[in-house]
Amino acid sequence: MNKQMKKLFSVTLAGVLAASCLASCGGDSKETTAAAGTEAAETEAAGETTAAAGETEAAGESTEAAAAEGGTFLIGGIGPVTGGAAVYGNAVKNGAELAIQEINAAGGVNGMTLALDFQDDENNTEKAVNAYNTLKDHNIKVLMGTVTSDPCIAVAERTYEDNMFQLTPSGSSVPCTQYENAFRICFNDPAQGGASAQYISTMGLASKVAVIYDSSTSYSAGIYQNFAQEAASLGIEVVAAEAFTADSNTDFSVQLQKIQEADPDLVFLPIYYEEAALILKQADTMGMDMTFFGCDGLDGVIGQLGADADLAEGVMLLTPFVADASDAKTQAFTKAYQEAYGDTPNQFAADAYDAIYTIKAALEQAGVTDPEIDPSELCELLKPAMTQITVEGLTGTMTWTADGECNKEPKGMIIENGSYTAIE
Amino acid sequence: MSFISFLISGISLGSIYALIALGYTMVYGIAKMLNFAHGDVIMVGGFVVFTAMSTMQQPVWLSILMGMVVCTVLGVTIEKIAYKPLRNASPLSVLITAIGVSYLLQNLALLIFGSSSQTFQSVVSLPPIRITETLVITGETIVTIITTVVIMVGLTLFINRTKPGQAMLAVSEDRGAAQLMGVNVNGTISLTFAIGSALAAVAGVLLCSMYPQINAYTGQMPGIKAFIAAVFGGIGSIPGAMIGGVLLGIIENLSRAYISSQLSDAIVFAVLILMLLIKPTGILGRKLNEKV
Amino acid sequence: MEKNKTKRVSGLARPAFRSKLITYVLAAGFFGVSALLVQAEVAGSLYEGLLIPMCCYIMMAVSLNLTVGILGELSLGHAGFMCVGAYVGAVFSIVTRTAIPSAWIRFPLALLLGGLTAALFGVVIGIPILRLRGDYLAIVTLAFGEIIRKLVENLYIAVDANGLHFSFAKAIDPLSMDLATKKDILNGPMAVSGIPRDTTLLLAVLFVMLTLFVVMNLIDSRSGRAIMAIRDNRIAAEATGISITKHKLIVFTVSAFFAGLAGVLYAHSSTLKSTQFDYNLSIQILVFVVLGGIGSTRGAMIATVILYALPELLRFLQDYRMLVYAIVLIVMMLLNNNARFHQLKQTLFQRKAKEETT
Repeated sequence: MNKQMKKLFSVTLAGVLAASCLASCGGDSKETTAAAGTEAAETEAAGETTAAAGETEAAGESTEAAAAEGGTFLIGGIGPVTGGAAVYGNAVKNGAELAIQEINAAGGVNGMTLALDFQDDENNTEKAVNAYNTLKDHNIKVLMGTVTSDPCIAVAERTYEDNMFQLTPSGSSVPCTQYENAFRICFNDPAQGGASAQYISTMGLASKVAVIYDSSTSYSAGIYQNFAQEAASLGIEVVAAEAFTADSNTDFSVQLQKIQEADPDLVFLPIYYEEAALILKQADTMGMDMTFFGCDGLDGVIGQLGADADLAEGVMLLTPFVADASDAKTQAFTKAYQEAYGDTPNQFAADAYDAIYTIKAALEQAGVTDPEIDPSELCELLKPAMTQITVEGLTGTMTWTADGECNKEPKGMIIENGSYTAIE
Repeated sequence: MSFISFLISGISLGSIYALIALGYTMVYGIAKMLNFAHGDVIMVGGFVVFTAMSTMQQPVWLSILMGMVVCTVLGVTIEKIAYKPLRNASPLSVLITAIGVSYLLQNLALLIFGSSSQTFQSVVSLPPIRITETLVITGETIVTIITTVVIMVGLTLFINRTKPGQAMLAVSEDRGAAQLMGVNVNGTISLTFAIGSALAAVAGVLLCSMYPQINAYTGQMPGIKAFIAAVFGGIGSIPGAMIGGVLLGIIENLSRAYISSQLSDAIVFAVLILMLLIKPTGILGRKLNEKV
Repeated sequence: MEKNKTKRVSGLARPAFRSKLITYVLAAGFFGVSALLVQAEVAGSLYEGLLIPMCCYIMMAVSLNLTVGILGELSLGHAGFMCVGAYVGAVFSIVTRTAIPSAWIRFPLALLLGGLTAALFGVVIGIPILRLRGDYLAIVTLAFGEIIRKLVENLYIAVDANGLHFSFAKAIDPLSMDLATKKDILNGPMAVSGIPRDTTLLLAVLFVMLTLFVVMNLIDSRSGRAIMAIRDNRIAAEATGISITKHKLIVFTVSAFFAGLAGVLYAHSSTLKSTQFDYNLSIQILVFVVLGGIGSTRGAMIATVILYALPELLRFLQDYRMLVYAIVLIVMMLLNNNARFHQLKQTLFQRKAKEETT
């Protein structure tokens, strides 16, 4: 490296330093408008590419928005929008935006308009903490996130320190809500694993079960661990437990062959629908005729199979939400979601939609009217409010306990004639 | 019995690694660079064919052709813009640029096609062969193996029997000397990228047919595995890539079957390390001549 | 790597001391100013949160530069050493948290243990790969890094009233444990939380300085010149009596030791998840080293600061963030190797210097 290079680098370094200060100072007024719909966010992003000029512009916008009625209440969101888990983060972002648009159109919460500032964490714990710090600079009042379990655990440590109210739509791992400021919408892993084993036992579905799970993700490994424990105490025999990892999640021929040799009554799939679709397809090619049973991650498997949707016939799943359920609420949501994003909502979108409505209910219960309230004070108001409210959501009727867990009933579903039908 | 069945599914898995590794080793051997973006060119090829088939309703052969054309153009363009200016820079600089290109392609695909996995309709209509009740060879596997062998033979003939092929060999041996002998080095490297990228399109189609899903990150892991396969077989050796790919698939499946399904990735790497310690230049790699 | 590619001349006439001083001052100055900005609440939470990981990655980049830039061997497994350090340090601290309540005793022990274990891995990995060179070596280091990560991902450690329980590749049988006092330390792929947050910014900066001090003095020593001689011409170096084995092992060990230390510091500032330490992290660190100018310690440090902060500073771009980051990466790399750009820079800076003097 020659001298000029060194000089250039020192100047750039100084520049970065200056820019980052600017960004963090400006952070207070910036991006308060972030979510009043995706369009607003996009134009703002485009405007801000011209550094300092864009900054003043954004500040101007935010004062305008704040002038409207009772002010804007800013909700932070964190999840993977890029990277391998992007599909889940985007679903949460979309579901939450949809709920916010609806609430604002109906007059907001206690006169306040809701807004969402959603930051990317690439499904990485460190990036998630950075995203949380960014949101703090943007003055969020509550955090709706994070989407995936491991980043959620990392962020929960920080929200606990700051006493920031946190509601995760889909962080299912137990430690996600280990502190009293954190609540969740989804079931936790022990609940799902245990409930699955109990369901299989009480319905008399099987006495010999095989499992295919993803040993590299907390979600799948967590459910499997708890399923195995519960199954043992219920007298269900796990005859084969075959794993795969995120690095080799396309070819399941070996796992399926071993399961075929073990000859179980039922195959338990505590995994997501992308891999499940591949498993169903490969099992069909191998001429296997098995009953498959899954958890909430399996919702979406029909769409993923495309032209081979008939392979999903007879698959059972224990889930609080399916996109083509017949109730009016789900149908309206699915329709609105498809119109806005051209995609079928999965359970992540539904969890996020419910999370926003839960925040609304908690704010109303606590009687919060000041959008500029201190987040820590707000957290003290919301914690008791959470245990008092009942929310009729897409994923069922929900109440919460002080330890952050959500009480709701999973529904047993079976796929029949290309749609999810409740098991009676 | 079950051993044979594991072996066959291993070959089936390995054939797709081998197909990708062929394109990889070609660029690797001649341009002497780790093209980390190769896996993402595969993804682009898959998406082009996907769009042509499902959105534009084109026939299969035309879709594949379109995929190959787009990938060829893409490959040559990447080479012109991102790699050529670095021809005389350290190989590490090119490696980093390739990683940048890889990020770029992934994020472009993410913005264009969204983050959900799309369902890919297999281009192979061959019925599976059932040897016994449980032992099945899918049509995709058969087509992949045939394609891989045809490409391997074709590439070997091309390199050994044609003038541009000989030029490639010359460039890979000694770039400076080749230039002195009147070989158009830049043209030859462009041609290498063109062929490598066209092969990537074919690999992309077959990869997505075998495992019928596609998203922005579809090419990433197969790209890394193909890189390993190429090193396994000996960098720059075309038959080596084929052998390396198939072996990798077999090792992966057998370790998953007999040792541990959680640790199969680690076992593959361990075997690779052992193999390279015994034979430091891969199975068919040539010994590096060292000049003082 | 190819021998004629590095521009740096390992002459004796280097104004080594001045150069080192500038590096120290730059590091201390940057973090000093940053700390002041944080203290004065001028810089926000994001900025504050970036500083400690930044220190860890500077240590990573500076130590990787020793392998890649000074020894001239491409390593794609540096994250593996960080992983070893991070997990060893974290497990040690969690286990001894009640036995050694004082962080002043516990944390140095954790650092030492993490660093030394990583160094041990450096030797273990360094010996077999002495035979390998170039891309073959790169892939073997990549393989080692991935194996380490996969092993950690399958490790289960829990503690109860009866002591520690270990299990590999499958969860610990709950029946074998006293469930009332059971506490998971490592639970397979699950993130590790509850690590005492012992790493302070001051401590992290001190370790950056230590890393700079040791690495730069090693480069400037007799051994350092021997290492560079191996890089520039292995056969000639061997002919003059330089022990290749010894010097390669020195580099691998020192490099792994500091990566391990960086891991321990990192673990004690955050939560751990094994997927963080995959080959992508190794590549990321390599990007820092290459963009900083291969072989330049100061360059590696500066590039780390800029490139680590960049994706965070680009957050306002929302969906286009990573796309822009990729383009910036390519453009930086191209400009770095462009003769015309170098000229332009030269004229630009000279004019600026003149303006300043008048």
